[in-house]
Parts: sequence; structure tokens; C-alpha cells
Amino acid sequence: MSYILKRVVFYLIAAWASITLNFFLPRMMPGDPGSVLLAKLRGQGDIRPEVIDAMMKAYGVSDDPLIFQYFDYMRNILTGEFGVSTSWFPAPVTEVIRTGFIWTVILIGTALIISFAIGSILGVIGAWKRGSWMDNVTPPVFVFLGSLPYFWIAPMLLFAFAFHFQWFPPRHAYNTDLSPTFSWAYISSVIGHMILPVISVVIVSVGGWLLGMRNTMIAILSEDYVTMAEAKGLSSRRVMFGYGARNALLPTLTSFGMSLGFILGGSLFTEMIFAYPGLGYLLINSVRGLDYPLMQGLFMMITFAVLLANLIVDLLYVRLDPRIRKS
Amino acid sequence: MTATVSNTGSPVSKTREPLIQIQNLKVEYLAGRGSVRAVDGVSLEIGKGEVVGLAGESGSGKSTIAQAIMRILQPPAIITGGKVLMGGRDILEMSDRDLHKLRWEEISMVFQSAMNSLNPVMTIGDQIMDALVSHRKISEEAAREHAREMLRIVGIEADRIDSYPHELSGGMRQRAVIAIALVLRPPLMIMDEPTTALDVVVQREILAKITELREEFGFSILFITHDMSLLVEISDRIAIMYAGEIVEMAESRELFENPLHPYTQGLMASFPALTGPRKKLEGIPGSPPDLIAPPSGCRFHPRCPHRMDICDKVAPKYIEARPNHFVACHLYPTSEGTAE
Repeated sequence: MSYILKRVVFYLIAAWASITLNFFLPRMMPGDPGSVLLAKLRGQGDIRPEVIDAMMKAYGVSDDPLIFQYFDYMRNILTGEFGVSTSWFPAPVTEVIRTGFIWTVILIGTALIISFAIGSILGVIGAWKRGSWMDNVTPPVFVFLGSLPYFWIAPMLLFAFAFHFQWFPPRHAYNTDLSPTFSWAYISSVIGHMILPVISVVIVSVGGWLLGMRNTMIAILSEDYVTMAEAKGLSSRRVMFGYGARNALLPTLTSFGMSLGFILGGSLFTEMIFAYPGLGYLLINSVRGLDYPLMQGLFMMITFAVLLANLIVDLLYVRLDPRIRKS
Repeated sequence: MTATVSNTGSPVSKTREPLIQIQNLKVEYLAGRGSVRAVDGVSLEIGKGEVVGLAGESGSGKSTIAQAIMRILQPPAIITGGKVLMGGRDILEMSDRDLHKLRWEEISMVFQSAMNSLNPVMTIGDQIMDALVSHRKISEEAAREHAREMLRIVGIEADRIDSYPHELSGGMRQRAVIAIALVLRPPLMIMDEPTTALDVVVQREILAKITELREEFGFSILFITHDMSLLVEISDRIAIMYAGEIVEMAESRELFENPLHPYTQGLMASFPALTGPRKKLEGIPGSPPDLIAPPSGCRFHPRCPHRMDICDKVAPKYIEARPNHFVACHLYPTSEGTAE
């Protein structure tokens, strides 16, 4: 189990490094969040100095030396204190991110899992029935779809199915007339709002999973243990999944983990086009509104998500590949 | 532990009841510039309880025969002719359903590299059990108990049942593979170079274990190797393959004492004898022929030290040159003909 411990330590160090970069990088850029805030406040008219002081305090803007600011910042992160969002004032950043996070995970997580599952299964079957009509048709079709630019295909889908045919709602994550409860009306509204964005993501990403899985699977199928499994008289299903796909899954899982992390950052286009209130949507709005606390919180969130996803994949590897358990 | 040298000659095949008969088997590999006739009209019979050795250089078609028998050849290899009869049925004509039943139940196989023939992500116990579970109606616990028993039989401690292949040594892995091959007690086991990837000491152990198990369970073995010295120890009868054909076949002792075919003589001279005086090792000059366009007449003639005029024109007939000793060579025109 020292393997797991090693990985955890590695990711803790990586997290610390990225937190530190996240602090210093913006502060090394010309212009600083503090003066932007100040200008913004001043722009709102004549405000008494006490109010400005109070606001600065609330926003956590200070003139302390950088190193003290850094320690303050570290302490705040460890205690989960990310400050207050300026564009959603007075909501704390953590609160804003929390709602966005849930929507993103629901939307992009669903899309990723569906796309991974479809792509992998098609890849496994394609490799198993290599040269069959299915194997000849599916890869080119999905690779073609995958090469369509997302910023083109997503608005096209939106235009066709939300505006022209009006089969799906055009924006947001649920019908705002409904209150968020565990009612069928609400849940079906959430699902209805997800369908179009999920389809758009799946269409462009299935091809990659399919090709990756198919190629690995073809290599695995020529292994002696697959031939032996066949000689054992096991059912085709058992050979295909227990011996073939089970081994072919290992390398594919790494890329799955990577994309799991990039869910949060990579959902920008989807959430913009479908006006879906997730993290990508928040990120765009925070940049537009120069909401530094929110931006910082989001970047932190994305970093942690990538690290956490990779840690999860590492742990999953331990479950799936007995060879890693040793050493 | 030493292997018993069993070239003492058990009764010849004619007195044994045949278990499997390969008749005129032909296998081709479809290659870009034509097809490769990897196995070209091979006939071979294995009696009940008999160990038949199949020897020849790499690429002579030995492994292809093994895989054709179980019909696990991968494309581009295709069986283009012949019969494989077992229990009155032709394996090559069987339905997929019957084939699934035949595999492992009637014929099991030990592959060359134990590391590669074990699934790295399954415990050896599970790999023994899945053969059992898919062929027999048996409960999980009973299957597990049976798997432990199999491990004991091949000389692995039963509590290694939950070990993964990478946790075992090379010799143990090969034992585990033998345990898997033995689990359904098939009457025929095909061993395709089962000891090639092992060091010499472990080779001996595995060979001794195979001999011991065969005496206990009485299964037949088709033992494929390029190592003639192994065949002396284990086989009752030996067939020599060259370029997709069987060129000589006899009882082990007879073959070793009187190798008739120049190719067999060359093979014998290319490995050290276990006993007897030291002598200089010789190889066979040249390399195996291109099977897309095999040499005319006798396929061995370009490399043969006794080449005659007839050799590149007429393919030699496969004849009984001595009692129960078959050879395909123009040096032996009639059944009375002998070497030198």
C-alpha cells in the first residue's frame, strides 16, 4: 500500500506548487486586482473613505508585503476561505463555485461517461470483429464527426433543435419557473435541458475513445493469453471482455482520468453556447466582470480537480492492474 | 529429481487405439505475394496414452498444426484441406457449439511462453476456475477447491491460488499453465514448446512433472519442440517436420539409433547427446525454404548433403523404409532399403 501513499504525497506536493503559482503569477503581471477593485468602487461615485476601507477589508485587499499576503492566502485556502465574489456580491466565492460545480459535473460528467462508454464498446467490438462492415464504417464516421469544430457544430445543433424544431430548451439547466425540489417535473426539466449539450459533446468526442480502444484491443487480441482463453472453450463474451477488454482498458483509463480533470476547464464552449450555469459559464463571466476572487477560486478548483481525477485514476489502477500493487 | 528417460519404447502406434487422426492436413497463410503453404498434407496419428513428439526448425509448421487441431488459428491462416478425426467426428467440420465443448474438454494446450499465456490481471485460481465453470455445472466453492487441488498436483502450494502471474517465478507459471491445461482431465494435451522459455534446471523439473502427471492420468501428448534432446526423454514416437511436411517418423529409440532422412541426421548432429562420447556439433547449412515458392521435388534438396539427380525433379514418396519407420527420401527406394 506504500504505492498509494507515494501517490498521495506526490499529489499534495503538486497541489502546493500549483497553489503557489496561482498566487504569484497574477501578482507578477502588470496591474493588480487591488487597484482594479479600487477603481471600480470609486467609479460608483463619491464614497466615504470609511466605506472604501470597509470594502477593501471585506475583499481582502491589503498593502502587506507579498510574503505575508502569501501566508494569509495559504491560511485562507486551508480554511476554505476564498473571499467574496465581486460580481455576485455579497455571495462568498465558495458558494458561487459550489452551484456551478454541481451543474458542470452533472452535464460534462454525463457527457464524458456516455462518450467513453460508447466509444470503448464500439472500439472493443470493432477490434473483435476486425474487418467486418461495422469495423469498416464506425471509425471513419466518428473520426469525421470528431474533426468538426465544436464551436460550429454546437451552435448548429442549438439552431436546428432548439430554435427551428423547438424539441429542446435553448438555454439554462432547468426551467426557472420550477423550484429545485426532488419532483419529477424538476428532474425531467433538468434532463431535458441536458440532452442537447450532452449530444453535442458526445458527437465530437466518441471518435477519440473509439480509436484508442480499438487500437489497444487489437494489440491485446494477439496476445497468447487471448488465444489460450479461446482454446479453453470460454464463451466469446468472456474472452472479449474478461481477457481482451479488461487488459485493453488499462492504457485507455489514463486518458479518461485526464479528461475527467479537464471536465471543469474544458466545458467553456458548451456552457457558453447553451448558457448552462456551470463552472465554464462562471469563468467567462468572472473574466468579463474582472471578478478576481472568483477567478482565483475557479482556477484553484480546476487545478484541484485535475489532480484529484488523476489520483482517482491511480487508485483505480491499483484495483485493475495487480502488477502495480507490488513495488 | 531427475526425469526418467523413457525412450525404452512402449508399443508402437499400431497396437494402440487411435485417439486422434490428422489426415492430409493443409494450412495456408494468405500473404501479399501469394499464399504460404505452412502445413502441406500432414498425416499423423496419436494413440491413447501415447506421447508423440513433433520436431523441426522454426517455421516448419509445427505450431500451426497444433493450432489447426484446436481451430484457434488466427487470420490470415486458413485450413484449406484435410481432416482431424477424434471420437469419430471431424473437428474441422464441427459447429461452433461442439467446438466450444471440445476445446479443453477433449484437447487442452500448453503454450510456449507461460508469462504470455496467463492473463496478467486475473489470479491463477480464477484462470483455473473459469475453464471449470464454463464447462461443468459446478458451484463456486467446489470449483475453488478443485483449483487448489490442481495446484497441489502440479507442485504449487494451494494457498498461492490468489496469486497473480507476475508474483510467480517462471517455472511456477509454467506449472500453473499445466494445472489449467489439466483441470478438465482431457485425453489429449498439446504442448507447444512448453519448456523453451525456461532455464535448463527448471526445464528438467517441468519435464519430470509432465512425465509424472502423464503416468498418473494417462493422457496423450503431442509434444512440439525444436529441441531434439527433450524428445528423447519424453516421446514414444517422433515425427520430423521440414517445410510443412513430415519427412520422417519412427519410435523414439529407432529414430535416434537409425535416423534415415538427411535432415534428421542433421538435426541429431546439431545438439549434444546426453550420453556417449563427445563429438563435434554440426549444423545444417542453409536456411528453411521460402514456402510461397518451395523448392521443386524434395524440399530439402538445396541443403542436402546426399543430393542426387532425381531430388529436384520428383518429390519422394513417404514409405515404410524399416519396420514402423517411415521416411520421405529418395535414398530409400523400397521398404527393404536401409541407410548405408
